[in-house]
Amino acid sequence: MQTLDELIAHSPVFAGLPAAHLELIAGCGINERFEAGSYLFREGHAADRFYLIREGSIALEVDIPGHGRRVLETLGQGEVVGWSWLFAPYRWQFDGRAAHATHVIAFDGACLRGKCDSDHELGYELMRRFAASMVERLQATRLQLLDVYGGAHVA
Amino acid sequence: MSPEIVAGPMVPEQFTLAAKRRDTADTWTLELQAPSGERSRFAPGQFAMLSAFGSGEVPISISGDPGDGRLAHTVRAVGPATRAICAVEPGQMLQVRGPFGRPWPLEDLAGADVLVLAGGIGLPPLRPAILALLADRARYGRLTLLYGSRSPEQLLYPQELEQWSARGLEVELTVDSAGPEWVGHVGVVPRLVRRAELDPEGTVALLCGPEVMMRFAVAALAQRGIGAERVYASMERNMQCGIGLCGHCQLGPTLICRDGPVYRWSELERWLAIREL
Amino acid sequence: MSLPGSCIVQRGALDQLFGALRRRGYTVLGPTVREQAIVYDEISCSAELPEGWTDEQDGGRYRLRRRDDRALFGYNVGPHSWKRYQLPPEQLLWSARRDAHGGLADLRQQAPRAPRYAFLGARSCELHAMGILDRVLLGGARPDPAARARAADVFVVAVQCAQAGGTCFCVSMGTGPTAEGGFDIALTEVLEDPQRHYFLAEIGSERGAEVIDEVEHAPAGDPERDAASAAHARAAAQMGRELDVTDIRDLLYRNYEHPRWDDVAERCLSCGNCTMVCPTCFCTTVEDVTDLSGEHVERRQRWDSCFTVDYSQIHAGPVRASTRSRYRQWMTHKLATWIDQFGSSGCVGCGRCITWCPVGIDITEEVQAIRASESGAAGASGPTDGAGAGGAAGEVGAGGAAAAGR
Repeated sequence: MQTLDELIAHSPVFAGLPAAHLELIAGCGINERFEAGSYLFREGHAADRFYLIREGSIALEVDIPGHGRRVLETLGQGEVVGWSWLFAPYRWQFDGRAAHATHVIAFDGACLRGKCDSDHELGYELMRRFAASMVERLQATRLQLLDVYGGAHVA
Repeated sequence: MSPEIVAGPMVPEQFTLAAKRRDTADTWTLELQAPSGERSRFAPGQFAMLSAFGSGEVPISISGDPGDGRLAHTVRAVGPATRAICAVEPGQMLQVRGPFGRPWPLEDLAGADVLVLAGGIGLPPLRPAILALLADRARYGRLTLLYGSRSPEQLLYPQELEQWSARGLEVELTVDSAGPEWVGHVGVVPRLVRRAELDPEGTVALLCGPEVMMRFAVAALAQRGIGAERVYASMERNMQCGIGLCGHCQLGPTLICRDGPVYRWSELERWLAIREL
Repeated sequence: MSLPGSCIVQRGALDQLFGALRRRGYTVLGPTVREQAIVYDEISCSAELPEGWTDEQDGGRYRLRRRDDRALFGYNVGPHSWKRYQLPPEQLLWSARRDAHGGLADLRQQAPRAPRYAFLGARSCELHAMGILDRVLLGGARPDPAARARAADVFVVAVQCAQAGGTCFCVSMGTGPTAEGGFDIALTEVLEDPQRHYFLAEIGSERGAEVIDEVEHAPAGDPERDAASAAHARAAAQMGRELDVTDIRDLLYRNYEHPRWDDVAERCLSCGNCTMVCPTCFCTTVEDVTDLSGEHVERRQRWDSCFTVDYSQIHAGPVRASTRSRYRQWMTHKLATWIDQFGSSGCVGCGRCITWCPVGIDITEEVQAIRASESGAAGASGPTDGAGAGGAAGEVGAGGAAAAGR
């Protein structure tokens, strides 16, 4: 049975951090499970946590009046979900639904923000890693926006 | 001066449309039977010039099973020629020239893990390769297909994808956008490359899809340690003759109908970096 | 095999050459004046040649001018090339009727029956162009069968240039002005005074020797050979343009994003004249043409040009949407990628693209501009000064005034 420290250490976003940092991060984390179809977060609600997916998949969704719900992106094992805890007003921008039975480590945003305020080295390391992840997702999103596949739009 | 009539490789053969299946709102798969029932021979990755009577020719990749002796083409109706082809009914004829082009280098892949990346209408040119790999499954290592389309409704060959999965092809599907009933991935194919389980040293990638998607996919493959010399892609340009004489399909020094459509990405990299080449 | 070498044919005997060719079933094509240009067409006697005419050529300029002598070949190349006989501007590939199942019935695909042609007046650059075009059409895995049939039987009576044109640069391209081979007979016109007007005829093949045997001729002596050589040397010294081909392929491969392309794009009209007059441009398009009933179809092949917007059309749109990219495609194909595709340059230095460009874009100048700024030479050469690339002044023809009045 792995400890939270060990689980976090093996994830791509936190890999390579020194043990002291891993301990600080793990201290804000807790294991959680979500049934398929259940919502982890809702647009507009307070964004006081973020998630590292251990297993399963989370769908980022938006509800469009007249169109219903649309899935914008799915995130899977090893990926971090949630950036809104980093920046005021700390509100979720999208809905997050477990597409399958999903097992996550949920991190307390306020807790981790506080630790980063005290330990700037930790803060810098985390920002660097989160930024890399955001850049990668932004680039992929731009390709997604191009809608390259063509073909007739289904009514 | 009266026009002269010439013989040769510009004269088509006449195939009968044996069966037709609608895949999506604007895409059909056509199965063609050669004249007098003879077997069609082609290598996975090759294309044919197709036309319906009087409507002009277009290059369409062959998407059939190389083992079963029939030509098949999955055609998207986007213009007058392809619309005419898709309007032909079983029992009627289509004109065919080919097969042309350089195929997927399957004979070089023995023992390798093969990662197939397909985007949209890029899956049909890869289908014959997938079928050939599965027909000789033991010769290859891990076989994986990462396939993306705009939406779940536009995924091609849904039943076959399941059959391939059962025969030893790992299949991951992704779409650009979906409703909540879709429980698969949403996002672009390069994102799946980041997450795929693979052994970079032993992997060769086969790509086909919109060119910009292929460029992003190659970048994602490089990040995983799969270099351009181990990536093969099927390219597309305007083709008129299919036989290297009309000049249209030039991409720098290469003619896609003759030197391609399948290329090792490292051969093309410098040319694809030039805008509007 | 040692051929007779050369002999002298007097001006007055030239019509016997026409007769000898006609008796062998050749249709003679040669230069003649039509609508103020010298073009290639069927001619039946020497009287139809452009006697006493010369041409003045420069960027975007072509004029005929009267010579003060009666030379039959005292000009350079006009808007036509022999390309139209190797690769016709329009060809019917096949025709058919629709049967009950949408198939082709009564498919007509007869073997080509081109007339047997004799090209009279082909210049050295043109012989090279024909060879280059043959390599394109016949050298691949699937040769064009009609081109093959045509190539086999053309009888070539070349003319060795005695003067160079204002836009000529065959010397730079290694394609002239004097043909070394590729002809059945080669004529050098010598016109020392109105009384001494003859041709030094070089024999290039057995059938060339057989034809000359039926024409009054005399042995060539040293004075005649010297006069011919002097004419060749005169042409070589008069080139209107120069193109430095040193490392040309890699020069262009290195410079796909050179600012000069933007410069030329501002001038280029994308009209495609250059591709029409170029003796090696070979691009064609294929179209199905039906009658109104839709029951009969003809599949036709016709000349196309990479300057058209839909030349590079894929279903989303053209790959080369800008004039800049299309001009770049044409020029880099002609001078660089052609070498990788076919093993030689595509350009023979005939200068037609310069003469027939409505705005006078000069391929030699464009190359020079790219080359000069690569090597850090101060300032790119502009299109303003008349010297153009390499500075060779455009002199026109023996007996003609230097090109003036641009």
